[in-house]
Amino acid sequence: MGKVMTAEQVAATVQSGMTVGVGGWGSRRKPMALVEALVRAPARELTIVSYGGPDVGLLCAAGKVRRVVAPFVTLDSIPLEPHFRRARQAGEIEFTEYDEGMFMFGLLAAAHRLPFLPTRAGLGSDVPRVNPGLRTVRSPYEDGEELLAVPALTLDVALVHLNRADSRGNAQYLGPDPYFDDLFAKAAGRCYVSCERVVDTADLRKEGPVQSLLISRSMVAGVVEAPGGAGFTSCEPDYGRDEAAQRRYVEQAR
Amino acid sequence: MTPQTGTSRADVCVVACAEAFRGDGEILAAGIGGAITVLAARLARLTFEPDLLTSDGVCLLTGDVPALGEAPGVVEGWLPFREHLWLVLNGRRHVMLGAGQIDRYGNTNISCIGDWARPKAQLLGVRGAPGNTRCDPTSYWIPRHSTRTFVPRVDMVSGIGTDRGAYELRRVVTDLAVLDFGTADGSMRLVSVHPGVSVADVVAATGFELGGVSGQVPTTRMPTGEESRVLDRLDPGRLRDGEVAA
Repeated sequence: MGKVMTAEQVAATVQSGMTVGVGGWGSRRKPMALVEALVRAPARELTIVSYGGPDVGLLCAAGKVRRVVAPFVTLDSIPLEPHFRRARQAGEIEFTEYDEGMFMFGLLAAAHRLPFLPTRAGLGSDVPRVNPGLRTVRSPYEDGEELLAVPALTLDVALVHLNRADSRGNAQYLGPDPYFDDLFAKAAGRCYVSCERVVDTADLRKEGPVQSLLISRSMVAGVVEAPGGAGFTSCEPDYGRDEAAQRRYVEQAR
Repeated sequence: MTPQTGTSRADVCVVACAEAFRGDGEILAAGIGGAITVLAARLARLTFEPDLLTSDGVCLLTGDVPALGEAPGVVEGWLPFREHLWLVLNGRRHVMLGAGQIDRYGNTNISCIGDWARPKAQLLGVRGAPGNTRCDPTSYWIPRHSTRTFVPRVDMVSGIGTDRGAYELRRVVTDLAVLDFGTADGSMRLVSVHPGVSVADVVAATGFELGGVSGQVPTTRMPTGEESRVLDRLDPGRLRDGEVAA
């Protein structure tokens, strides 16, 4: 029934070598409380799948990362993420670099239990060159078009941060953009949701319209109440990005 | 010809970027990368291309056209990232991107400098540039035209050029000039130089052979009186001037 747990308990379920998807986008609604717990946990050699922001940076800085799968890593108002940069330039991590749309199709494929989805995004660019495992597929219809076959981005664990959730894992976003948190949940074997506030199920509809109920409890293994759990990243409408804290984060990385 | 009183190089650049959207009709004019591209889309919509869709830079399609940094008074649609990525594949969108490197066929790099396997400088990553350039009309705004940016060969092809299957590269606007790919082999040519800039300046700042540099090269047009008034309303603090060195 109830699935409320602590961030430490979530982090303890992550084992070395796992593939971990992280919701949000850049420096927006990142599950930083869960990421920080993961930094303190013993798991290593992780593959991190993310529209990357300080989540990727912190995990790289902590030496937790074997591979990053991402179309970018950025802090939005500060374009370049310092820890990820350093790790790449030092040759410490492997990198699967995808186009943003390819990345979405990888999550969609995993969420739908498909082996791949075809797309034009990535064709002609150096993305196939730096990902030699990528294959193309030819349309079986009259057009016969050759398309990039994006493999499913299947996750062992997904970590997301939303505005509200009930104790059973129904999770709600109240800001302007759901990002891809529902896809991360559906692409994962286990999804853990942190939220600003755990509320009664009956109160979810008082918080926002039915369309804001982004993630169903059937997709959720655990719920963590973490006020301020997006750290300095934005979590609208509860709070915006803490630009001063983000600047300090960048300065301390130097 | 030098800019008339009150008209800056940035004003000329905004108008040249706005011109990229001419004829686009009822599609999203997406400006990525600061004041100039955002102003260009809004200026085009408020003057010669009224059916354009423009956004607040986050996820709202605005029903009116607010000044930089102002919230829209009217919202006409919702464009979260998932819809944006759908729109990229659908193609009803013209985006003005930036580039750390660009070659003579318009291949661009925002990913990293040096060998990809262990870069000298990690930049953003390819972001949406591969899909943008394969599926949508694309233009570029490059605020500092130099041989560091205009290179013979880019280190990591993020946005694809005319020789790699780009859907349509409309134009490249820099702080010095307007360029396009309207040559027989799809390589870059000079379309116009901004007031006060010589063809030799552009050639010296370009690290590859440029078409269209012989003969009479036109001067990029100045803003009209109406365009200047619209720009002053959209950007009263002249943030646009901070984006152009000259």
